[in-house]
Amino acid sequence: MSQKLRNKAFDYSAAFIVLIAVIICLVPFLYVLSASLSSNRAIISQLVTIYPIDFNIEAYKVVFADGGMLYSMFFTVILVLVYALLALSVTVLAAYAMSRKRLKGRKVIMLVMVFTMYFSGGLIPDYMLIKDLNLLNTPFALILPSMMSVFNMIILKSFFENLPESLEEAAYLDGCNDLQILLKIMLPLSKPALATIALLYAVFRWNYFQDALFYITDENLYTIQLKLYNVINISQQMAGENINLNIPSEALKAASIMFGTIPILLVYPWLQKYFVSGITIGATKG
Amino acid sequence: MKVIDSDLALNKKTSIEPSLIKKKGFLYYLKRDFIIYLMLVIPVAYILTFKYGSMYGIQIAFKDYNMFTGLSESTWNNFATFKEIFANPQFFQVVRNTLVLNGLDLIVGFPAPIILAILINELAFKKFKKISQTILYMPHFLSWVIIGGIVTQLLAPTGMLNSFITRMGGDAFPFLTDKLAWVGTYSLVGVWQSAGWGTILYLAAMTGIDKELYEAADVDGAGRLRKIWHITLPGIRPTIAILLILQLGHIMAINFDRPFTLQNNLVMDYGDVISTYVYRVGIQSANFSVGAAVGLFQSVICLIFLVTSNFITKKLGGKGIW
Repeated sequence: MSQKLRNKAFDYSAAFIVLIAVIICLVPFLYVLSASLSSNRAIISQLVTIYPIDFNIEAYKVVFADGGMLYSMFFTVILVLVYALLALSVTVLAAYAMSRKRLKGRKVIMLVMVFTMYFSGGLIPDYMLIKDLNLLNTPFALILPSMMSVFNMIILKSFFENLPESLEEAAYLDGCNDLQILLKIMLPLSKPALATIALLYAVFRWNYFQDALFYITDENLYTIQLKLYNVINISQQMAGENINLNIPSEALKAASIMFGTIPILLVYPWLQKYFVSGITIGATKG
Repeated sequence: MKVIDSDLALNKKTSIEPSLIKKKGFLYYLKRDFIIYLMLVIPVAYILTFKYGSMYGIQIAFKDYNMFTGLSESTWNNFATFKEIFANPQFFQVVRNTLVLNGLDLIVGFPAPIILAILINELAFKKFKKISQTILYMPHFLSWVIIGGIVTQLLAPTGMLNSFITRMGGDAFPFLTDKLAWVGTYSLVGVWQSAGWGTILYLAAMTGIDKELYEAADVDGAGRLRKIWHITLPGIRPTIAILLILQLGHIMAINFDRPFTLQNNLVMDYGDVISTYVYRVGIQSANFSVGAAVGLFQSVICLIFLVTSNFITKKLGGKGIW
């Protein structure tokens, strides 16, 4: 075989293996999507694969008719927006302060913060704290305990440190104070980094599930993940056994899963763009 | 002024009033950088309240907790809680499960993104490369609740995969209901979720490899596999080493969502891990002291592993976690 032919063969086999990986990635989605659009009968008779059988949108009608699901979605969207904005602000403040090399006590404060990345009280002390602060069953329990990620703060701090110093120096000479420098010089120059951090927080909040499970029992404060978990698992222990009327049908579960996935898919192009740059900033400069 | 302290050169006022430079008590710095300290108030208050406040609560592991008098009034119990958990075989079972599941992630989950990254890097069709990357990254952004739901739909005894198997004439496989099979499922679902995303750092490292090396290898008549073996792999070796050590540092740490959303009653012998055990015992059964003690045991071992792994990473020339 000539070198050229061998090269071609290699190209196609590599592409073939990646294609299989891509298919493995997609098939679960296709199945859930098909199940959500199929009749319950078709799912239970195991007829559904990667296209719908007895196409109908009844399951989605039920999901949208059920106020709880829409409500949780709406609540979570608001929660994510508030949380991302707050967490970003706190992170910016800390990152800016920690990027000022002349600040006395900087190393000590940094150590105090970094230590929490290595050691934490753990789940129970966290829970007791939230309980003692009377935050159980309040939206604050879903915001305050994770108001800043030290890791994200360090990413942003590195970014600030890498901005050209001459700009700040000029601003100082013009009589700007630190707040003005942060707002007028640093932030406008760090828009991509800020977008990355904000998205990191937003996706974290959207997907984070355990705090809602631990701290929230009031259905009015269910995040979409907790709501989904309940819908999906209410009958999981009986999977394969008789389907009772009170148990959400398989199609309904599938539709709920799709309902919870769609918001992520809608913002996915931005997520991908900013996250890829974010992860490489974090790795090379963090 | 620049000669004295380059930092101070940034500050107009001090360069005009040299008298202030002589005595540099803390108050001087507080005054000079007042705004910066003000910026730190909220972040530091947050860290102290929610991180160190939680650490303060660890003492519950050493006390007979009295719900009515509160934590500080409860009496020390002379390590009774620890004696209790160390005498409990279930504790060792969840520690074992945690180590086994994390070990499998290391053996199966760690090489997967490396192999995938090499393949993606070799792709000659640019458009196909971009589209596949987009699709392969996607599972990373899904919550474990959703993935758990998808997995149940797909792998349950009546799920799609089993109906496919039975239609082909095989017997349904207990992916989620047999303990041992569940361990494999847990591990492979992890690969499904993270392998694509895990390629990013390796792909970034590959773009840093000198193109001339490949050209020189071409001149020498090296085939594609040979180039992968002798150029690409050595090129990403530092990245592999650092990520491996970091993951080793997390061998005792396990997140909550993944085991919790994948496990079911039939597989608890293998599927119950420290995080889910602490939740069940500590929060669901309100046995706070035991939950906190198990959590503390995990935190301390985690700390040792993390510090060690970070130390080694820095020795290797990486930057560690920070």
